[in-house]
Amino acid sequence: MSCSRRDLLKNTFKATLASALPLSAFKMLSPAQVKASVGDSNVRWVFLVDTHKCVGCGLCVKACKNENEIPYDLPITRTWVERYVLMKNGQSHIESPSGGRDGYTDTKIRGNDIPADQITKGFFVPKLCNQCKKPACVQVCPVGATYQTRDGVVLVDRTWCIGCGYCIMACPYGMRFFHPVHKVAEKCTFCYHRITKGMKTACVQNCPFEARQIGNLKDPNDPVTKIIMNERVAVLKDEYGTKPQVYYIGLDTNVR
Amino acid sequence: MSVEAIVAQGAEHLGVHGLEWTSKELFTYPNEFIYWSIQIVMYPYMTGLVAGAFVLSSLYHVFGQQDLKNMARFSLVFSLALLPVAMMPLQLHLQQPFRGMNVMFTPHFTSAIAAFGIVFSTYAVIVLSEIWFVYRQYFVEQVIALKGREGIKDRFMYYLYIVLTLGAFDTSDKAIAKDKKAVKILAAIGIPVACFLHGYAGFIFGSVKANALWMSPLMPVIFIMSAIVSGIALCMLTYIIIMEWKKWGTIIAKGKGDKSVHVIAGAELDVITKTSRYLLGFLIAAITLELLDLIFRGYTAMKSWDILRSVMYGKDFMNIFVLQYTLGNLVPFILLLMPRLTIKRVFVALVLVLFGVFMMRWNVVIGGQAFSLSFAGYMHYHMPIIPHSLETFKEGLFGALTVAATPFVLFWIINKVTPSFEYK
Repeated sequence: MSCSRRDLLKNTFKATLASALPLSAFKMLSPAQVKASVGDSNVRWVFLVDTHKCVGCGLCVKACKNENEIPYDLPITRTWVERYVLMKNGQSHIESPSGGRDGYTDTKIRGNDIPADQITKGFFVPKLCNQCKKPACVQVCPVGATYQTRDGVVLVDRTWCIGCGYCIMACPYGMRFFHPVHKVAEKCTFCYHRITKGMKTACVQNCPFEARQIGNLKDPNDPVTKIIMNERVAVLKDEYGTKPQVYYIGLDTNVR
Repeated sequence: MSVEAIVAQGAEHLGVHGLEWTSKELFTYPNEFIYWSIQIVMYPYMTGLVAGAFVLSSLYHVFGQQDLKNMARFSLVFSLALLPVAMMPLQLHLQQPFRGMNVMFTPHFTSAIAAFGIVFSTYAVIVLSEIWFVYRQYFVEQVIALKGREGIKDRFMYYLYIVLTLGAFDTSDKAIAKDKKAVKILAAIGIPVACFLHGYAGFIFGSVKANALWMSPLMPVIFIMSAIVSGIALCMLTYIIIMEWKKWGTIIAKGKGDKSVHVIAGAELDVITKTSRYLLGFLIAAITLELLDLIFRGYTAMKSWDILRSVMYGKDFMNIFVLQYTLGNLVPFILLLMPRLTIKRVFVALVLVLFGVFMMRWNVVIGGQAFSLSFAGYMHYHMPIIPHSLETFKEGLFGALTVAATPFVLFWIINKVTPSFEYK
């Protein structure tokens, strides 16, 4: 049998194509898996923060760091509490030292005395991942290592993340950071390992004043859902179009 | 090992990425640091050089700009040498460098970075095949010339050139004409692909809606224009250095009065004068777009303008208006426009142009992280100079210098196989 150069090249090309498609590319799915991947979930996790109730004790931050193994003394955190102090002259003082982990027990802000008689209002704002409906971080991940679960929580696959930091750049809320031990993108997961087992998140569990609550937006009888539906609530930075799912009661125009 | 166990060993080797080189001012969110540092400045800079070098060579191959003939071959080979270096900074800045290939395995196409592998490979294929068509005849000639020669080097080069011909030994007029046609087609496809490669580097930044400085539909176009400017400038600069080297070699060998010295010097100035006109054209386009972007931001004065203005006109004034616009754009512009161009003057102008484009990348990447997402605080980047760990090397001065030096080493090697200089 003779084989021209053209034939040889042709067959080589075909063989390469064929061998590039290994059998492992095809996966048999069980009916349950198929159903799980296409069906609609009856859970949508949402969060409710009542800023009127927050006293800035920092127990939520402590609890989160311990629960989620975020090195305690490093300046990164999945959740934090901000303090706002607004003055009569229109000036605002904002701070969150160590994420507010140790509680706000000092009246000084960044070492400066704040004259009490000049203050118009002061309050605390707890922050955590907004588990957006249209998460910018998921959109920009080049390898699909961060994804949204069907019940609305955005998670990171620590075994697949390449650590490029694009998601960190894309989040308008500054929620993400690199985990100093795992060296991959890290974020608040609403304590997914707890809430999927019927428990509350560590921060909700540890909040002595019920400033933080978690609920299921798809359950009309859920107390959190009732508040979100019936009362006046707001979200942070809705101008970015990410449709955040952490709702706030008593949000102020000065909140960043 | 559990996290507690690692933490128990002491926190000093537990690096929070970015903590080392970031200092904060006023209110920033706790997790905000300069996550994208010098390597991400190098990334668009190097990609821009690749794209620019290729566009320069295509101006001759496609549009038949005869005045660029001598420059075309050189800039094509140089763009090949720059090509692998475009990915180097990306690889160096990954927290998990060994997983870099995941981008090819599971590209997530809603991400601008995911297309990198595909755009980059397409471009590499085009550059490689164009070089092959340009040099095929030369390969065949070398095979014939080296046939039967003794000596390890000659034998090695002989077999190397045989492999490089890919078995196509036909050098009839008809075959050569076909080669030329193929070069023209490839160069024509290459221009949009080169622009796409770089425009999309601009898209990576321009599409980040969370970043007030980056988000702009003009970003890709600005990036393309400045890319071509930097690519042309680097090609001209390298050309001058190599031609001067040859000139001095000839002077030493034959004496200053020799005729060949004047031939080299004349050819050099001729090529450089002609190429500098294209450089000026693209420089004007780049500056116009950048100023348009700036004016538009100031005029519309959206929510972010207060903090942007304080960064641009305050903290980064030196970097943006003095180093980038004045020293990097205005001064070389005047130097190139003044009559009676000399090689020395062009040389200074080119170095300034390259510096200006680098500062533009710096002001975009670092400047974009100079303010907090809260618009209520600032961050400052302190580039690590003396490395004391792998991370401070990679994301420090020496990491950047390694990236910058690599294309010249590669060019030196590639140029041995495909010589790109002729001054006949």
